[in-house]
Amino acid sequence: MVSLQDLTRISDYEWEIPRSFRQDMQVPVRIFATKRLLEKVMDDKSLEQAVNSATLPGLVGHVLVMPDMHQGYGFPIGGVAATRYPDGVISPGGIGYDINCGVRLLSSQISCDQAKPYLNDLASALNQFCPSGVGTKGSLRMNEKTLDQVCREGSRWALKEGYASEMDVRRTEESGCLDGADPTKVSAHAKERGRPQMGTLGAGNHFIEVDVVDQIFEAQAAQIMGLEEGNLVVQIHCGSRGFGHQICTDYVEEFQKAVRRYNIQLPDRELVCAPLSSPEGQSYLGAMRSAANYAFANRQVLAHNARLAFEQVFAGKVKNWHLSQVYDIAHNMGKIETHNIEGKPMKVCVHRKGATRAFGPGAPGLPPEYQVIGQPVLVPGSMGTASWVLVGTETSMQRSFGSTCHGAGRVMSRHKAKASVRGDKLRQDLEADGIHVRAGSNAGLAEEAPQAYKDVDAVVETVVGAQIARKVVRLRPVAVIKG
Amino acid sequence: MTYTIDAEIRYTQDMDESQIVGFREIEHTADWELEVWAPTLPALLEQAARGMYALAGIELNETTREMRKIELHFVDVESLLVSFLSKLLYFGETQEIGFDSFLLVMKDDKLKAVLYGASIAKQTKEIKAVTYHNLKVVQTTDGFRTRIVFDV
Repeated sequence: MVSLQDLTRISDYEWEIPRSFRQDMQVPVRIFATKRLLEKVMDDKSLEQAVNSATLPGLVGHVLVMPDMHQGYGFPIGGVAATRYPDGVISPGGIGYDINCGVRLLSSQISCDQAKPYLNDLASALNQFCPSGVGTKGSLRMNEKTLDQVCREGSRWALKEGYASEMDVRRTEESGCLDGADPTKVSAHAKERGRPQMGTLGAGNHFIEVDVVDQIFEAQAAQIMGLEEGNLVVQIHCGSRGFGHQICTDYVEEFQKAVRRYNIQLPDRELVCAPLSSPEGQSYLGAMRSAANYAFANRQVLAHNARLAFEQVFAGKVKNWHLSQVYDIAHNMGKIETHNIEGKPMKVCVHRKGATRAFGPGAPGLPPEYQVIGQPVLVPGSMGTASWVLVGTETSMQRSFGSTCHGAGRVMSRHKAKASVRGDKLRQDLEADGIHVRAGSNAGLAEEAPQAYKDVDAVVETVVGAQIARKVVRLRPVAVIKG
Repeated sequence: MTYTIDAEIRYTQDMDESQIVGFREIEHTADWELEVWAPTLPALLEQAARGMYALAGIELNETTREMRKIELHFVDVESLLVSFLSKLLYFGETQEIGFDSFLLVMKDDKLKAVLYGASIAKQTKEIKAVTYHNLKVVQTTDGFRTRIVFDV
């Protein structure tokens, strides 16, 4: 167990578990949190899991933990770990089962006042056009050849098929396509699961949310992103569906043998890994990138369908009902990036599990319009509470491998949330607050109650205090669609 | 650790069935954790399957019965548990079927299973995956016990 006494305070927003804490640690753990947020996670296993993650071979710098951290499996949620490329390792559990789970933000020119009479219809239309819920299949039927194209091309496949614009693709992390995807490294089971699910939201904490730009903190950045106070925006939160879940399952299984082959000792079998340069590591990279590209395409098809819903509801009623992409980011991903380690550029594999890439101004790969302000970072709050648009900073490049938080972070188990919150009452309360809700079940709604999460504002204040992100706008929800 | 397959079950007179075999949910901040116990390893697999279906809120149709045969090779009991449950998730998602009757035979490094069930009438929760997180099957005086974390 890690206790508060084991931590060294670096600043009001930064703490460290030194390498001396446990003999098998390869690097220290650095935690971005206020004392108050830290106290909230001392009862769960987040920090113990961070220490376990710090035992992976080939780590550099620190294992980092973001303020929205919570207990996961293997890695903590909110964890970032970088390993040397190519002689370090890659760990599928350090990326997660929902490979490239992420968030997309679309802006509009529709004011909330104009939209108010139609918000209920909009919630219904989004629910109709964007299939959600357990086991839902999409309207697209892909054969294996098409699925392989999706794996290789990601958002570019969506562009060719008419589901995306050039601007959508440009304003997506990695332009919506990771190079090096290899669908031949994906199992038949994964392909069978992935084929019918393109364009579906799924269940759990995935959602589509209509928000209003409530408050602007950086006018220039907001303007460049097309975000105007009082206007509607849309957030889409989902990932690679059963396709990614099966790929991670397959490789966690496969790597159980790899760790024996490469004589890697680990404190938890969920942390299994293989050298990046090994055949196993290369196969996983090819499969994981396929799932990442599937997820980019999935959110793109959902964005297309959200546009159809907006057209159905607003065409002829408002002058401009179009939705423009602000950005699309991943928060469960493994990427080969170059970072400054001890003053020298080094190629590393950055594992982000429940953490968002947050590249600062001038970073390579950002669209030209975002070069000045830095990469947009999308931080959804819990249901019914605020969400945030931030940007990455120079400091995030220096201190956190260009990473920051990804959400509010759970503090209450789903079981406890269901026991303490009535789904039907929560639905009534949200509706009374002017938030239109479409949800698969009241039980599912109760599990995602705001009480089950940390205060997203406190999380954002922490990353801003630590200077690993800057505030741009705060969003307020008006409609939520959940699986 | 070595495991005795089909270990002898030691019953005592004051034991009720739930002490011998069963499952219960354990608190976990973000995901789901299930504790499972059973007198034998095949019974442990069966209880884990029943527990997983209960967590997912799965109910089966009472119409046409379905049957599937599977064969799994395993390096240890924990990997068998994960592979077996993952296979059930796969059947649930791709063929929309679940199982309520299990004929499981373990020999050496192989499980042969005949699974009987039906199409899924209702499922309230999605389970993304079965994890290896802190997974350990322990042998007790009454049989076997384990805790499984599911990604949801």
